[in-house]
Amino acid sequence: MISDILAIIHDYWLLLLIGQYPNGPLGGLANTLILSALSIALAFPISIVLALARLSKWPMLRWPVTVLVYVTRGVPLLMLILWSYFLVPLLTGANVPSFITMLTTLVVYQGAFLSEVVRAGIVALGNGQMDAGRALGHSYLGTMRYIILPQALYNMIPSILSTFVSTIKDTTLGYVINVPDLTFAASQVNNQLLTQPFQVFLILALVYYVICWSLTYAAHRLERRITRRRAGLAGVRLAAVIAPTKIVSEQS
Amino acid sequence: MTGFDLAAILTNPDYVAMLLHGIEMTFVIAIGSWLLAMTLAILLLAIRFSPGRFGNWFVAGYVSYHRNVPTLVQLMLWYFGIFTLMPDWLTYWLAGHNAEAIFAVIGLGLCQAAYFSEDLRSGLRSVGPGQMEAARALGHGYLSAMRFVLIPQGVRNALPPLINHSVSLFKNSSLGVVIGASELTHAVKEIENLSFQTFEIYLVGTVLYLFFSLLIMAGGAYVTMRADPAWRARA
Repeated sequence: MISDILAIIHDYWLLLLIGQYPNGPLGGLANTLILSALSIALAFPISIVLALARLSKWPMLRWPVTVLVYVTRGVPLLMLILWSYFLVPLLTGANVPSFITMLTTLVVYQGAFLSEVVRAGIVALGNGQMDAGRALGHSYLGTMRYIILPQALYNMIPSILSTFVSTIKDTTLGYVINVPDLTFAASQVNNQLLTQPFQVFLILALVYYVICWSLTYAAHRLERRITRRRAGLAGVRLAAVIAPTKIVSEQS
Repeated sequence: MTGFDLAAILTNPDYVAMLLHGIEMTFVIAIGSWLLAMTLAILLLAIRFSPGRFGNWFVAGYVSYHRNVPTLVQLMLWYFGIFTLMPDWLTYWLAGHNAEAIFAVIGLGLCQAAYFSEDLRSGLRSVGPGQMEAARALGHGYLSAMRFVLIPQGVRNALPPLINHSVSLFKNSSLGVVIGASELTHAVKEIENLSFQTFEIYLVGTVLYLFFSLLIMAGGAYVTMRADPAWRARA
């Protein structure tokens, strides 16, 4: 069994790592990571705008975003992927590669989800910061930009990292629209071998495990550091556990 | 593509039958895996709370694996991988008994058990050691203190994440389509292939999922409210 697994890794590591890259589109693990990183990078600014809109006092801004958040929370990601697969080519009128379709879906989905994380971070800071900022002569947006967001986003770094982990896990769903990612590469390997599906998918699971576990571990380390910092204990060793900042995380 | 025509789908008895079957299978998978997950979660929690380091490691490993590997990959490992390693008689039996749905239940249930057990554990941990000491001081045994003092409070603390994860579980039942289970997403795709009314049938599918998810969220909010001591004291 173990020798089978090693043989598969030995024969197909390049395909699993970068897909058929020089001769075809970039795929494999590299594409999975690029797709997740791009989604988070694009979803992040959107999520801040959405969070501000949801905290706005104007219903015109608040309502559409609330609906968007509830739709993304209540509808399976798979269904949203099918929607983009159908709508994105229709709206742009172009033959869109599945990578872009998946990216669009993930940006909308994670943008809506991250907006809840950012909103929680802003609300957790309390009203005092805003009041103080206003009293010092900042405008509403000025207080947000220079006082609230820097603190809120700093406290939210662990949650953002754990959203990154769930994005990596979500990219696997690209399999249904043939996004050339790691899962796709593994199923290609499986189709070539035909006789060792268990070994192939075990390798797939292990690779995901290693990546997501390390990122989750990093998120927890960061969380502890940030908690200590907020308590004003940077550099102090403490046995007692301080009330932790909550990692808001989603499952996929 | 013709104009928007929802009625063409909703009045076609074949399509309605397919949708109803899809909804039924979605609920079979969601409820089946929920029950499996909750049973396993309680079992995992019991192992974790019992003395002995080995059990602790086992549970930690179990939770870590199921939380860090994508649910879809877990399902694929079960259906494409472990299924083929099973003895022949079991393979035949499963193939004759809707193997896709069974593996969807097993895969989703095992995965969700990790989340549920962590929810329950953090709920119980947040009760605080004073409660156990006070209950013991009042003459409760360990189990009786657990049963009457810690678990009621712990479960109440764990309710919000449990409900969130139940909604996730319901949504994740759509992953069954990848291994060929004939649930709602599968029905939607099939009707799309037959009718070419992509927009309409996706809309129907989305509204159905959204309706049931919001129903679970509302039910969860009601249960959380009922469990709140302040609400009970008022009633």
